[in-house]
Formats: sequence, structure tokens, C-alpha cells
Amino acid sequence: MAERTTLDAAATASRIRSALLSWDAIILIALALVIAVSAASIDGVANPRFWRFVTLEVIPIALIALPLTLVIITGEIDLSVASVLGLTCVVVGYLWESGVTSLPMLIVAALLLGAGLGALNGVFVTVFGLPSLAVTIGTLALYRGLAYVVLGDRAVANYPQNWTMGAIAPLPGTTIPWAILVVIALAVGFGLLLHATPIGRAIYAIGNNAEAARFAGISVARTKFWLFVATGTMAALAGVFWTLRFASARADNGQGLELAVVAAVLLGGVSIFGGRGTILGVVGAVVLLATLRNALQLAYVPANTLTIITGSLLIASVVGPNAVGMMRQRIRRRFTIPPTK
Amino acid sequence: MKHLRALALVAIASLTLGTAACADETTPESSPSGATGGIRPGLKIAFLPKQVNNPYFDTSDNQGGKVAVEEFGGEFLQTGPTEAGASAQVSYINTLSQQQFDAIVVSANDRDAICGALNEARQAGAKVVTYDSDTNPECRDLFINQATAEGIAKVQLELISEAIGPEGGEIAILSATANATNQNTWIEMMKAELENNPDYANLELVDVVYGDDDDQKSFAEAQGLLARHPNLKGIISPTTVGVAAAARYLSGSEYKGRVKLTGLGTPNQMRAYIKDGTVEAFALWNPADLGYLAAYAAAALASGLITGAEGETFEAGRLGEYTVGENTTVLLGDPFVYNADNIDDFDF
Repeated sequence: MAERTTLDAAATASRIRSALLSWDAIILIALALVIAVSAASIDGVANPRFWRFVTLEVIPIALIALPLTLVIITGEIDLSVASVLGLTCVVVGYLWESGVTSLPMLIVAALLLGAGLGALNGVFVTVFGLPSLAVTIGTLALYRGLAYVVLGDRAVANYPQNWTMGAIAPLPGTTIPWAILVVIALAVGFGLLLHATPIGRAIYAIGNNAEAARFAGISVARTKFWLFVATGTMAALAGVFWTLRFASARADNGQGLELAVVAAVLLGGVSIFGGRGTILGVVGAVVLLATLRNALQLAYVPANTLTIITGSLLIASVVGPNAVGMMRQRIRRRFTIPPTK
Repeated sequence: MKHLRALALVAIASLTLGTAACADETTPESSPSGATGGIRPGLKIAFLPKQVNNPYFDTSDNQGGKVAVEEFGGEFLQTGPTEAGASAQVSYINTLSQQQFDAIVVSANDRDAICGALNEARQAGAKVVTYDSDTNPECRDLFINQATAEGIAKVQLELISEAIGPEGGEIAILSATANATNQNTWIEMMKAELENNPDYANLELVDVVYGDDDDQKSFAEAQGLLARHPNLKGIISPTTVGVAAAARYLSGSEYKGRVKLTGLGTPNQMRAYIKDGTVEAFALWNPADLGYLAAYAAAALASGLITGAEGETFEAGRLGEYTVGENTTVLLGDPFVYNADNIDDFDF
């Protein structure tokens, strides 16, 4: 009896320990640390306005990072997301200029466009079997080029004030924009999809071994296709928010944003090789990166240094687990006594 | 293994915050000095150019704005994005308003995209002065214009026309970013002048390309121009990055001396090309004076000496007294022509 309870206690303790040491926990602890230390040492972090700006920055990145997490877990990648955002922005601007004055219609048009652009990526990857890295680098350039074709070098900026102010309006009684609720709802949705449904399990299975998943009856091509569509749609939604937040639709909107999104997803514990990662980790990483960037900027750290820091964090999160694994292999090989005859 | 990952991540995060706490490379520099002409001492003034690491803005901000701020005893900071993008400036404006700067002096990459952020900053108590490239007048208090748009357009056409000669020919414009307010105003004026002025009847504008104030892109665009228009006789590049890149391309190519180049350049960048004959003359104003005047204007606003209304006057140190003109704009002066005779007199 006593042995049983000791074993149970040991098992629980070990489960707690591994939960605490899971990457999600590490990210959340790091986030708490960053908030605590910066609130204490940097002037202005404790001010609600700071959190308003952090949230405004987080919203488009989080919107795109959610479906991108699922895409990367299946072992693919989508680098065209920022170009989808940009193309959506200019199409919305173009439609507005051409007389479409209904906001719901513009949003629906944007989402359909995003879905279509994502579907194109999906077709190239699943039907033609091309590697997603190559495809999405191509569509990154293609969609951005199309954005320049639609609007040229102009900007469309004369949106009604109640749209642009409404997009970034705060929740009553706070300074935090209401749009964060949409992001939270979507995060919960994607989290449930990934962690609590058969589709989610299928996504992990595909990421771990696509052949085995296919033999197990999972429709790998169809799953990947719909994930690309989802990514395009969310990038388009982020594009609508972007246009209204900056009150300006330009062909270069969001240029370079894909790097911030991919950095957040990888920092969130998603393995670039697929098969591992959680929504919670990614959300934590998005907030962590945005908070760190804004806090350091507030502390007068110059732009070049900020890029170095973000890059180092990203390298640490990708190289770290792999480097450690390699070291363990070496140690094990050196200290393994070869079997004697 | 997991411990190592945890430690690594936490270590990096704490190290970065630690360096931030000790970082003093770009903390605002304050200088003790008495009040100058009614300007409140200790004003925090930030310069936010189109992009940092750009020699033109380094001159205007550090050799103009900073000098002025030190003269009247304020705190100076230069910050900004490394790439000339519209929404990139927004995050810096938000940060500056949180850091409670008294005045933000900004050169806008896009006329409207930074408006929301600027107005939020003004509501939080900062005065906003634009210099070099204006925004929508609704979101700033004053605009410091380096020269009249007409003056700049005219002088560049004069210079290219003189360089090409009376027989005229095809010309092209190598601009900066497509949405930069100042660039577009100058281009429109040049087009109007070409149409209306009989002196330029033999000049034909065949192309306008954009180098985005990026050296490599401007170089490539200059190459593209010559490839597309083999009969091109002259290029006008009203941006210091563009004219330097185009000069570099022309002076190393078969077109040197055959295709004329002029534009807005800085003496140090253009000296070699003036001396080797690639460029006969180019124009500019003194960017250090521009930054200097902008800083004094911002200080006058922040001290309550002026409100930005037309007709008000204020003192701008060694530049003397300036008056606010129409459209809440302050004009620096006339453009200045640099050529082989005077290029060695300047160092910026």
C-alpha cells in the first residue's frame, strides 16, 4: 500500500515537473518575468497606454500566427502571409475607392480573397506536390506584385472616421482595443481544434509522419489544403484590421511581417520539422515578443539592437532543442560500453 | 535538456532587459544652459526621420537639430525605422508619446498613414512639427519646408537643361518612395513646368521610376532607365540616395558624360562625381539648417511662444527670425546650387 502511494506521488510529482518544464510554461514564465522586470525598471510600462500599443501590435500577428501554427505542425510553411495581407489591403482600398461603401461587404470580399489566395498555395502544395517553402516564397512575390498592380504606388486613405476609430476603439473602462476579444475567441477556437478534436490529432500525425498518417486513413492532402485556406483567410482578416488601424491602404502594407509571425510561432515551441507545438505556447510567444520589443523601444534601445535581440531569441528557440539533442547523442555514444561477445 | 532550454531563454530575456537598463547610447542627451529667448529649458525633443542610417537625415538631425537643442538647453533624441516604410514610423511615434516628449519632429514616409498616431501623441501633450516631408496638415502643428516646391522643381529643370544643351532630348526622373509627399509635389511641378515653359520645349519626360531611397534599388532603377530608353539624355534624381546611386552607375558605365545627371545631393557624396565630370551641378538646401530651424520651431511651440498660426514670428538662433506662412508652413529659404567651383567649401 505504502509502495503504491509513493509511486503515485512520484508519478504526480514527475507530471507536475514535466508540465512546468514544458515549453509553454517556459514561455509563460519568461513572459511574466519580462513584464515584471520591465514594469519595475522601465518608465512607462506600467501605464495602460503601453498595453494598448502592445495589443494593437499583437492583433494582426496573432491572427496570422494561429493558423500558421497548424500549418507548421503539419510540416509545411506559408511565407506568403504578409503579401496576402498587403494584397487584401489594396483590394479593400480599391473597392472602397470604386464605390463599395458597405463595411460588411468589404470584409466579406477580403475574406473570400484571402481564402482564394490561400487555396492557390494549397493547390500547388497538395495537388502538384511542390514544397511549400518554394511555393510560398513564389506567392510572396506574386501577391505583393499584384498589390502593386492594383494600386500602383498610391495609397487610399479616406476611410470614414467611425470605421478607423471603431477598429481600434477600446473596451469600455480600459485602454485595450475591443478587437483583442476576437483574437482571444479565435485562439480558443484554434486551440480546441488542435488539442481536442480528431482533426487536431490528425494534424500532429501528419507532422510526425505523413506516410504513416496516410496509411492510417487521414486525408493528408485535404487537411493541408484547408489549412492553407485558413491561413489565407486569417491573413486577409488581419489585412482589414491593418487598413483600418493605419487608415491607409498601400501596396507595401505589412511588408516583412511574415518574419515576425514565423519568429513568434517558432519561439512558441512549434518545431520547424513538424509534429510538435501548442497554441498556448504560440500565443505566449506572440505577446512575449511584442512586449519585449515595445519595452526595449521605450527604454531607448536602438532599432538595430532590437533586431539582434529578436534574432537571437529565435535562434535560441530553434537551435536550443536540436543542439541539446545532439549533445545528448554524443554523450550517450561516448559512454556506451559496446556489447561484448 | 529542458532545464537548459529554460535557462537559456530566461537568461537571454533577463540579459536583454539588463542591457536595456544600462543602455545609454541613445538616451536623450540633456545640456545645462540658460533659457534662450523665452524657450523653456529642459524640453524633450525627438527627431523621427524617414529612416535612420541615412546621411541626409544624419546631417539634419545631428548637425542641425541636436546643435539647436543643445543651444536652448533641451534634451535631444534621434530615433526611427531602419527602412523608409509608412507604418514603421507609427510604432516609434507611439513610443515617443509614451516617453512624454514635448515635441516630435518628423519627416513623413506617407502623408496619411501616421496621422492617427500623431494625433494621439498631440492629445497626450506633444507638439508635432514636420520637416522635409509633410503629412496631412490636420495632424501636425507646423511644417518646416526646405524651399518652395516650385523653387526645387525649377532649379533641377534649369540644371538638367543647361547640362544637356539647347538641342534637348529625353529625360527621366529617379525618385524616392512613391508616396513621399515632397517627391510627388516636385514631380508634379516639374511636369507642369515642362509643359508650360517654352524654354523646355525640347525636353521630354519619358519615365518616372522609384528607388525607395534604397541605394541598391536606385542603382538598379538607373540601370533599367538606360536599358529601356537608349536615347535618354538626362536623369533628374531629387533624392540624395538616388542621385548618388545614379552617379555611381553612370560614372562606371559607357554613358558617363553622355547622359547628364542632376538632382538633390549632398556635397560629400557627390564631390567625386563633380570632379570626374559625371555631374556638372546639383542643388540642395543646407539640411543642417533645416534641422536647426525645425528644432527651434518645435521649441517655440512647446514653450507656448507660438501656436502655429499664420503671421506669428519666432527666433531661430543663428538663423534669425522666421515667420509662419500660409498653410502653417515655415520656409527655410532658396535652394543652393553646388558645382565644381564651390563643392570643396562644404563638409556634409
